[in-house]
Amino acid sequence: MSPLTHKLLRDLWRMKGQALAIAMVIATGVMLLVMMTGLVNSLEETRTTYYERYRLADVFAPVARAPNLALADLAEIPGVSAVEGRVNGATLIDIEGRSVPVQAQAVSLPDFGSPALNDIYLNDGRMLDSDRSDEILLLESFARAHGLDPGDTLEATMNGARREFRIVGLAQSPEFIFTTAPGELVPDDARFGVIWMSYSALAAAYDMDGAFNEALLGLGRGADEEAVLAEVDRQLAPYGALGAYGLEDQLSNLFITQEIESLAATNQSVPPIFLAVAAFLLNIVIGRMVEAEREEIGLMKAFGYTDWEVGAHYFRMVLAIAAGGALLGCLFGVASGRAMVGVYTQFYKFPFLIFDLDATSFVIGVAVSIAAASAGGVLVLRRVFALTPSEAMRPPAPADYSRSGRFGRSIARLLDQPTRMVLRRITRQPLRMAGAVVGIALGMALSASTITIYAGFTRTIDLTFSVVDRSDVTVSFTHAVSDKTILELQRRPGVIRVEPVRDVPVVMRNGLEEHRGAITGMVQEASLSRALDAGGAAIPIRSDGLVVSQTLADILDLAPGDSVTVDVREGRQPILDLPVVALAESLLGAPAYMDMAALNRVLKEPGRVSGAYLLIDDGQSEEIYTWLKGLPAVAGVSLKSEARDAFVRLLNSGAGWSRFIIGALAYIITFGIVYNAARIAYAERARDLASLRVIGFSKGEAAYVLLGELAAVVIVALPLGTLLGYYVAVLMASAFSTEVYQVPAIFDLATYGSAALVVIAAAVTSGLLVKRDLDRADLVEALKTRE
Amino acid sequence: MSEPAYIVKGLTKVYGEGHSAVHALRGVDLEIPRGEIVVLLGPSGSGKSTLLNILGGLDRSTGGTASFGRTDLGALSDRELTRYRRDHIGFVFQFYNLMPSLTARENVELVTEIARDPMSPEEALDLVGLSERVDHFPAQLSGGEQQRVAIARAVAKQPDVLFCDEPTGALDSKTGRAVLRVLQRLNERLGTTVLIVTHAAATAGMADRVLNFADGAIREVTENTEKLDASEIVW
Ligand SMILES: Nc1ncnc2c1ncn2[C@@H]1O[C@H](COP(=O)(O)OP(=O)(O)OP(=O)(O)O)[C@@H](O)[C@H]1O
Ligand SMILES: [Mg+2]
Repeated sequence: MSPLTHKLLRDLWRMKGQALAIAMVIATGVMLLVMMTGLVNSLEETRTTYYERYRLADVFAPVARAPNLALADLAEIPGVSAVEGRVNGATLIDIEGRSVPVQAQAVSLPDFGSPALNDIYLNDGRMLDSDRSDEILLLESFARAHGLDPGDTLEATMNGARREFRIVGLAQSPEFIFTTAPGELVPDDARFGVIWMSYSALAAAYDMDGAFNEALLGLGRGADEEAVLAEVDRQLAPYGALGAYGLEDQLSNLFITQEIESLAATNQSVPPIFLAVAAFLLNIVIGRMVEAEREEIGLMKAFGYTDWEVGAHYFRMVLAIAAGGALLGCLFGVASGRAMVGVYTQFYKFPFLIFDLDATSFVIGVAVSIAAASAGGVLVLRRVFALTPSEAMRPPAPADYSRSGRFGRSIARLLDQPTRMVLRRITRQPLRMAGAVVGIALGMALSASTITIYAGFTRTIDLTFSVVDRSDVTVSFTHAVSDKTILELQRRPGVIRVEPVRDVPVVMRNGLEEHRGAITGMVQEASLSRALDAGGAAIPIRSDGLVVSQTLADILDLAPGDSVTVDVREGRQPILDLPVVALAESLLGAPAYMDMAALNRVLKEPGRVSGAYLLIDDGQSEEIYTWLKGLPAVAGVSLKSEARDAFVRLLNSGAGWSRFIIGALAYIITFGIVYNAARIAYAERARDLASLRVIGFSKGEAAYVLLGELAAVVIVALPLGTLLGYYVAVLMASAFSTEVYQVPAIFDLATYGSAALVVIAAAVTSGLLVKRDLDRADLVEALKTRE
Repeated sequence: MSEPAYIVKGLTKVYGEGHSAVHALRGVDLEIPRGEIVVLLGPSGSGKSTLLNILGGLDRSTGGTASFGRTDLGALSDRELTRYRRDHIGFVFQFYNLMPSLTARENVELVTEIARDPMSPEEALDLVGLSERVDHFPAQLSGGEQQRVAIARAVAKQPDVLFCDEPTGALDSKTGRAVLRVLQRLNERLGTTVLIVTHAAATAGMADRVLNFADGAIREVTENTEKLDASEIVW
């Protein structure tokens, strides 16, 4: 082995603490990149495969009642590769011990064989026996949420008739990855069920023999979806077509797509920030490490080693640390990515998992690390190479302090010797100190922004459930009913207040942009459910047009003064043009608001309501639930406490869950940066500090000289970190926001106080660790050689 | 007398600028014949190390010329200067300058690796009486032992010119004599030109030529007609 290789190995071993600290920081940056990229890739791949394997339809066409014969014509439409007709029915399930019935959808499966489209995956039990009309399969997540198993019985109301069914199996379907109760935004496994029954049994229950009320279509490659939708609507129009829609508007798919998109957006903005911070640190620290080797560099040059040979030697050192760290990061990234995909597979109820890594994330991670580290090394090497060997070999310290020695004799006299040493070093090497300050500030920015994101999530929940919706119970009706129902609710003892609402399912269009959603008709001065903007102020409801949420405005590219085409999807299905009169920031969903009476007027359906918000007396809640359940007009009853739980669950388990991982990594990086700053300062000064000890300074005074510098750097870094944290937080907040919920970037003292505490705690810990080494240092060793 | 190894004319060296400028060399004129042993004497701070550094290609002069054979050192590019050091020069530094993370043997290897016709590191360490300590790190060696490693490192490459800045400063007279003996043998056997800076005036006895330095200039050049053998030197 050549002596330079020996030197390399021994130097690495000597600096192992420092090298490891640096490697860990870059590893963390790379790990996040590899993990998130792998996660997003895997989820996308898994979803796609799930859809393909279980033949999820591309087009869904609900219709009032169409004869099965009509299917043959649908199959003839150009671009259509498969057709399936099925019966769908709204059902209420009674769950023992629950006074509120649970809404469910009953879906037919062919009597024989598996469906051409929207196949199911059987988790447990067996398939249906079409001879037995009381057999059902239950959506697995729903069954789990209620502790139901194959063999259990279930009471359900179908088409007004109450019947008892036997659960023979539990199933999953790509169509129902997320289930959301009608009229609600947030999916909840427990509050919406899916029942599969044989076609003959379900058709009998809903008077659909020989007919279907939903057609499913599979499209071939390159099919023109728009044209197919139009043709399907045309063909089914005589049978009461409700408007065909594509997979992209299917609720469950919409949701999972948004979740993955949100993760992808997070992946696009967050890991690069982390990696950049880690790379910056790597650059600085490697630079300082090479700087510390200045005399050795001079010596090698004195012997006649060329710049290339010396450079190659240090490049190997840099490579060992940077590439080592990056590879470690890749390994961690793969391992944690795999673990996270496992977790997300459960969140999203995929029956299988396809772990798919993205090679480019490895390449980027490793390349960025090596480039950052090499750049740090090269900069210093070039500077040292510019010196003559005799200059380089001379320790730089004594000559240069002369300048800073001038800072006011009178001030100097006021300070004690150690303080003067700290100040000299800081003023003499402003660039080096600036590097350390920026590094620590970036670390703080990462921590501050993740804490901000946490606060943003909490704010979203609070605002939605404590401020926006102050009701106890939300009742939704089977269809838009007369407002007499409201009176009926009001008369009920125990009901303190009732507030009607009119939700109208619509497809809104502006030019080519389209959004499937609802217009919410609200009463003026609503108090139970209010439209609030992100700042918490009430959004004024207008009767002259729509107040559109910023989210929706972004989707449809709307501005006040524009008019939007509203394709109403209920009742007579009119197509209206409504003006946009104002925009409002909203945190949840992409709502559009209008005065209820005005909305009813344009719909030409005066006095109609689709639901109501209730404030009730806690003591009578059980009786009221039972009573509500019995009302014929009531389709669903949702309790705010349950909705809130579902929302919290969503924020903490879906795409939002990754914030905890990111937060943890932010703390690790912050600590790594601060520790590195302390470590490198110690390495650079070991010999000076030993000299101080030898001439009679105490351990405490020596530590003060070293840690005073760290403290000064940290103090300067805190305000800078606050500022940087603001920008990082804004970036991260927009990445975490989805169409379903917005995460605001919240800036308050508590957030920055916590972030500052993270940095200070890291500084104190690092200081103690370094001081321990300082106390243990062998003075003679330290003086004889250099650390 | 053969062609001179070095011809130095009006060589000056100024460190720093303006008020704090230090004139380390104030016009040195000098000829060093090939194959001679030259001893530089002079008070501390008189510019001896500075001159050695410039002749050895470790530093550049501020004015005047210094040529090695026909090569003007001042005209060489950094690259050529590196080549020059690598191929022709051996150095014993005043402060040893060993690599702390390399053993004695490896410190010598660092130079023999890139030399054209080196002796083996073991042989070189044996010459300075350190064959027992080859695997020790600098931190495990005494100051004198470190200095001998530095000398072994310089002679091992069998350079054309050997610069020694106080090679015996940290040594007792017996070891010092042994070291000087090594330098003398190198000079006799290979015709190596040797420049020795020393505070031990007695060393002058083994020199062909003695340069007396003061205040950045040569005050006096003495040519010895009778050279002593290193073993006869006493201080
Ligand atoms: N890098 C430098 N910057 C400023 N002045 C320097 C520098 N190096 C040397 N000097 C000054 O140049 C003068 C000559 O220094 P040099 O090292 O050549 O002396 P020397 O004769 O070798 O002394 P010694 O016997 O103490 O080693 C001294 O006054 C010294 O202070
Ligand atoms: Mg000297």
